[in-house]
Amino acid sequence: PLPSAPRCHGAVRAAATRMRSRAAEGARRSASGAGSGREEEEEEEEAVMAAGHGPRICEGECAVLKRGDVFKAVAVLRRRKIIFEKQWFYLDNAIGHVYGTTFEVTSGGNLQPRREVEETTTETKEAGTDNRNIVDDGKSQKLTHDDIKALKDKGIKGQEIVQQLIKNSTTFRDKTEFAQDKYIKKKKKKYDAVITIVKPSTRILSTMYYAREPGKINHLRYDTLAQMLTLGNIRAGNKMIVMETCAGLVVGAVMERMGGYGSIIQMYPGGGPVRAATSCFGFPKHFFSNLHEFPLSKVDSLLSGMFSTEMLPSEFEDNALVEEESNGLADEKQTSVQETEEESITATAMEVNQTEEQEKMDINAEDIEFKDNKEKDNKENVREKQRKQWERRKKLIEAAALLTEKNADGLIVASKFHPTPLLLSLLEFVAPSRPFVVYCQYKEPLLECYTKLRERGGVINLKLSETWLRNYQVLPDRSHPKLTMSGGGGYLLSGITVVLDKGKSDSSNLEALKMEEPSSKRCKVQDLQC
Amino acid sequence: MSFIEYGDTIKDGDTAIVFLGHESMFPVKVQHGTVTQTKYGVIRHSMDLIGKKYGSKVTCSKGGWVFILHPTPELWTMNLPHRTQILYSTDISIITMMLELKPGSIVCESGTGSGSLSHALIRTVAPTGHLYTVEFHQQRAEKAREEFREHGVEHLVTVTNQDVCKNGFGVSNIADAVFLDIPSPWEAIGHAKAALKAEGGRICSFSPCIEQVQRTCLAMEEYGFTEINTLEILLRVYNVRTISLQIPDLGKAAEDNSSAGFDSSNPSNQGSPCTNLQQGAVQFKSGVPQREMVGHTGYLTFATKSLF
Repeated sequence: PLPSAPRCHGAVRAAATRMRSRAAEGARRSASGAGSGREEEEEEEEAVMAAGHGPRICEGECAVLKRGDVFKAVAVLRRRKIIFEKQWFYLDNAIGHVYGTTFEVTSGGNLQPRREVEETTTETKEAGTDNRNIVDDGKSQKLTHDDIKALKDKGIKGQEIVQQLIKNSTTFRDKTEFAQDKYIKKKKKKYDAVITIVKPSTRILSTMYYAREPGKINHLRYDTLAQMLTLGNIRAGNKMIVMETCAGLVVGAVMERMGGYGSIIQMYPGGGPVRAATSCFGFPKHFFSNLHEFPLSKVDSLLSGMFSTEMLPSEFEDNALVEEESNGLADEKQTSVQETEEESITATAMEVNQTEEQEKMDINAEDIEFKDNKEKDNKENVREKQRKQWERRKKLIEAAALLTEKNADGLIVASKFHPTPLLLSLLEFVAPSRPFVVYCQYKEPLLECYTKLRERGGVINLKLSETWLRNYQVLPDRSHPKLTMSGGGGYLLSGITVVLDKGKSDSSNLEALKMEEPSSKRCKVQDLQC
Repeated sequence: MSFIEYGDTIKDGDTAIVFLGHESMFPVKVQHGTVTQTKYGVIRHSMDLIGKKYGSKVTCSKGGWVFILHPTPELWTMNLPHRTQILYSTDISIITMMLELKPGSIVCESGTGSGSLSHALIRTVAPTGHLYTVEFHQQRAEKAREEFREHGVEHLVTVTNQDVCKNGFGVSNIADAVFLDIPSPWEAIGHAKAALKAEGGRICSFSPCIEQVQRTCLAMEEYGFTEINTLEILLRVYNVRTISLQIPDLGKAAEDNSSAGFDSSNPSNQGSPCTNLQQGAVQFKSGVPQREMVGHTGYLTFATKSLF
């Protein structure tokens, strides 16, 4: 969990003071007659900013940088160089500003708030009617690469560079108005880019992950995730079971929709749950007090009644790690001992490269705890370890108790594993008349899952589906679907639990027949295949 | 039970969903002493429903049986009485996520219509949020109020009977999100902006026609909304079926007895899901798309109101 607010308030006060003094400065200027109407507006806005509406960018939090359609999550830290969309800068000046603020990068690598500049009203532009006489020989732009670089080095603003490019383009006035529009937009995007800092949310993070690291989330497209949250009736007060290997994105999305009310039991493979994405959401601490976890490897024993807390999966990891420690395990990323635990988890989450495996991330999270402990006395080390083990055992027993009540309000599965064994066992913990949703990147495993669920019984309203998503460009006389679209966003199998009639295979078959389409329809489908 | 909280047993006054099998279900108001007719016979509320666990199987008088389900906004959407064309869960899902709705959110909606989206919004913003919904049709507004009361959610919603294009939502600078599903949304953009919080919020407009979308996007731009984005989402459903395809008779080669090429008796052909049924056919499981699907509901346009 990330550090909470206190550090932020100081920054807010400091930023507010800076802004008020700037506003006062502006007022003095205009009083002396030098100001314009626009400056007054600026002061007003700055006053509103200082007045403190909306959540502010705080140090230690996770914020998302946005430029056009590109997102990147970063930890807000002072004197930390950020690389985003071919620009280098520090976030220091952003701290204290309201989320949603747009900045431009100054020559020093600092961020400066940028107010929306009014478009210069276009005088009747000279334009052509079509492109029949425009030859694309690559020679129409008279400014060279070096010329442009010189302009940039001189500190000329992006807007001005765009104007220069237009002036020095021999074909610009021959283009149609639409083509001119498109040209200007393209140049603006390249030279006059601004960065907006936005507050993380399911919408932002799921879009970001799908664009940047789809492999980490099993190619779960954001609209598919949206379907899961609604079909699963995720809301405040539920007791949810979540099994995911999507870097904690799904757990985070579920937490957001539950608002801190109710409880979540996250089932995890291996040594521990991966919650890299979860930490990006910036939830308050109390949200995590009802987030439990339970190892998949203990599910069978829990169901059969043979559950014991003897050897925790994470303890295997602990012992292995101590060995790796002494071998000088070098972390791919920074993780020096000075850095805070939260910081490195967040940083690891955000700058992870695609080839890193999830297991390694588990180890990194555990690793950091142990790097800290390395500094302490050996004796203290042992005591610390024992205390932690006792804590973990206690939590495990709590989670086991929650599960064995078998009254969960829903089940969400989104993992790299074959869904059938997960569903067949985890559904046991769900109360009757509750929804469940399973995500799979591929359709075929869900076909099998559907069949096995029918055999098991105790489920109705099974539906296998996918969503088709298309974005549009909407401009006067130029509206059409966009050029590229996602080819696939995964598949969902959803249903509702009912009271399970145990040991009555006949009736479950009857149910299966009842639940399928009437036989006449079935024949028609087969006819089609012939 | 409640639309915003799960209960275990069926109580007098609940709205429950009677599930008869394959996409056949209907809502029922549970009441002592009443009966409900189904094609499998009669269900007596006092005997068969009240006190039973949700998710139970109930046998009807003619011997057939049904399941009684706890209501959810999604089940309600599939079963509510239509007064207008409604929004279905596919659109509702993406709207909820893109508007960043969660417990505590304040949402404004117009038109209320049949209350399909309204129920979903109320569920999401509960227990600390609120829905301000505006409907210009007097009877529909009243029917919506009635339903919210019956479903135990009236404390989370305010229904206002007025024209949002003329008089707005009745609130200002408090909403986290605004949703518009009206014939002329561009006329309500200004009111939407006024209803949204000063520091910003999200807006969504749903329109079946692209011309409406064009006008709305223009209005959004004029009012200073950013991040304007239009999309559409469609649901594709697959039916899981075991399919059997016949092997065509290609005759026999002169010498050997097995047919060249595809050998239907070899189980290693075609990979695992195939099994040889009898000579001449191969079976496999398939996710078969439906013959017809919903091809269009409406375009969804989202945008952000921000200070800058």
